[in-house]
Amino acid sequence: MSEENARLTSSLLYLDDVQVTFDGYRALRGLSLVLAPGEMRAIIGPNGAGKTTMMDVITGKTRPDVGEVYFEGRHDLTQLDEAEIATLGVGRKFQKPTVFENHTVHDNILLAAKAPRSVRATLRARPTPESGRAIERILERIRLTNVRDWRAGALSHGQKQWLEIGMLLAQDPKLLLVDEPVAGMTDSETAETAAMLKEIAREHSVVVVEHDMAFVRELDVKVTVLHEGAVLAEGSLDQVSADERVVEVYLGR
Amino acid sequence: MNNALDRAGWIFVAIMALAAVLVPVAALGTPEGALVHMPSYLVQLLGKYLCYAILAIALDLVWGYCGILSLGHGAFFALGGYAMGMYLMRQIGARGVYANPLLPDFMVFLNWKALPIAWWGFNSFAYAMLMVVLVPGLLALGFGWFAFRSRVTGVYLSIITQAMTFALFKEFFRNDFGFGGNNGLTDFKDILGFPLQSDAVKAGLFCVTALFVNLSYLVSRAIVRSKYGKALIATRDAESRMRFLGYRVENIKLFAFVVSAVMAGVGGALYVPQVGIINPSEFAPGNSIEAAIWVAVGGRGTLVGAAIGAIAVNFGKTYFTGALPEYWLFALGALFVGVTLFFPAGLMGALSWRWKQRAPKETGT
Repeated sequence: MSEENARLTSSLLYLDDVQVTFDGYRALRGLSLVLAPGEMRAIIGPNGAGKTTMMDVITGKTRPDVGEVYFEGRHDLTQLDEAEIATLGVGRKFQKPTVFENHTVHDNILLAAKAPRSVRATLRARPTPESGRAIERILERIRLTNVRDWRAGALSHGQKQWLEIGMLLAQDPKLLLVDEPVAGMTDSETAETAAMLKEIAREHSVVVVEHDMAFVRELDVKVTVLHEGAVLAEGSLDQVSADERVVEVYLGR
Repeated sequence: MNNALDRAGWIFVAIMALAAVLVPVAALGTPEGALVHMPSYLVQLLGKYLCYAILAIALDLVWGYCGILSLGHGAFFALGGYAMGMYLMRQIGARGVYANPLLPDFMVFLNWKALPIAWWGFNSFAYAMLMVVLVPGLLALGFGWFAFRSRVTGVYLSIITQAMTFALFKEFFRNDFGFGGNNGLTDFKDILGFPLQSDAVKAGLFCVTALFVNLSYLVSRAIVRSKYGKALIATRDAESRMRFLGYRVENIKLFAFVVSAVMAGVGGALYVPQVGIINPSEFAPGNSIEAAIWVAVGGRGTLVGAAIGAIAVNFGKTYFTGALPEYWLFALGALFVGVTLFFPAGLMGALSWRWKQRAPKETGT
C-alpha cells in the first residue's frame, strides 16, 4: 500500500484500474499507467485498444465508471471538467487537426497562450511586447513565421498539425497528450514532426499515441502497448516487439 | 473583422450620426411642402427601422460571432418595450378614459383595486430604464446559464429559444398576468413630460434612436475586436478545442448572450414610444424568425450588415405590404431562399469573403 502511495505521489500522471463502458462495450478494462515527471511515452495498440478513450478520461471528456486518475499525485481528474483540467496543465492535441480556421495563425497562438481565461480578463487583454515576442518565438519553432497572418483554414494539413502543436507549446502544459500527430503526413513532414516533439519533450512530459511504427522508433522512448482496454506490455520498442503476445495482437497469428 | 468591413462600419456610423442631425432638421426646420421637408410619419417609420437595426446588431453578436441562432430575441426586444410601455402608462395618470389617477385603464376595466407589485416604481423614468436593461438581461442570464451549462447547442438551442418567446407570448395574452392582455399597452400621452404626439418629440426620439444604433454598433465592435471576441469566434468554430485550452465556454457564451439581450431590450424600449403601442404579438415566434432573416440578408458576423439588412428588409416590407399586401410573405420567403442560395454570407458578408480568398496571396511566400 505504501509503495503504491509512493508511486502515486512521485507521478505526474497516475491511472489505476480505469474502466469505461459505452452502451455495454467495455472500452477500458482496468487500465493502469504511471507517467513520471518529464517523461515522454509512446502508446501504441491496434484500433479499438482504447487509446482515444484513455485520452478522453485524462482530459475530462469522459468520466470513468471505476478507477483512479490523478495528476501530479494530488489532483483527482475524475472530479474535474475539461477547462479545469486544462488549467491544471494538461494539453491535448486531437487526431484530426483542430485549429481555429477563421483566425490568423498568429491569433490561434494568442488564444492558446498561457494567460487568464476569464471573460473579464479577455475583454481587457491588450497585446504586450513580451507576449508578442513569445508568440513569435513559437511561430519560429513550428516553422510558420512567414504565414503568421494567414487564415489558419488556408494552411496545408501538415501546417495545421504544426500550428496545433504550437498552440500546445503556447499553452505551456505540464503534460501534453498527442493523438496520432503524423497521420496523413508526408515522410519529410513526419521527420520534422518527430524532431519538434522531441524538442518539446525536453521541457514537457509528453504522451504520444501513434500507429506509425517508424515514427515511434524515431521518437526512441518507452512504449506502452494497449490491447482491449488494458496494458499488454511496456518497455523499449525492441523489448515490446519481441514480446510474443504483442506480435500476436498485431499480426494476428 | 477585416478592413473593408470595418470601413463599411465607419461609413454606417457616419451616416447614422448625420441622420441623427439631419432628420430632425428636415422634419422641424423646413416648411411643410418643401422638397426637403420630412413628414412626421416618415420620421416615425425610419425610427422604427432603426429600432429593428439595434435588434439585428444584438442578434448578430450572438448568431454571427458565437453561432447561437437565437429564435427568441424578439422576446428580449418585447420585454424592453413592455418596461418602457409601463412607464408611459403610468405617465397617463388621470387622463385615461376612466380618469383613475393610479390605475391604468385596463386595470380599472378589470375591476382591480390596487396596482400590482410588478407595476410599482414604473412612474419613475430611471426605474423604468433600469428595468429595460435588467429584465431582458436577467432572463438571458437565467436562460443562458441553464442552456449553456447543459451544453445545449445548434438547432436544439434555437428550438428552446423559440419556446421561450412562445411561452411569454401566451403568458402576456392572459388578462390576469397583469400587462394589458391581448390589447397590450397603448394610448400613451407623454414621455418625461413631453407630448408624444408632437413633431419635436418624434424627431427627438429618432435622434436618440440613431445614436443608440451607433452605440450598439460601437459596443459590439469593441467586443468582437477584443481578445474576448476572438475567443467568441473560436468558440463558435471549435467549442471543444476551447474547452481543452482551458476556456469556460459557457461563460463566454453567457456574456455575449446577456449583452445581446440587453441591447435588444433597449431597442424595444425605443420602439414603443415611436409606434405608440406594445402588445403580446411582439413576442410572436414569427417576429424573432424575421429578425434572423434580416441578419442573414445583411450578412451575419458583420454587425454593420445586420443593421443594413434590418433597415433594407423592413423598407421592402413597408413597400410590399402597401403595394401588394398578399405577396409580402412570399417575397420575404423568396428573399431568404435567394440570399441563402446566391449570397450565403449576405450582402456585407460578400466583402469579407473576398478578403478571405485574397489574404493568403497577399502575405504568402
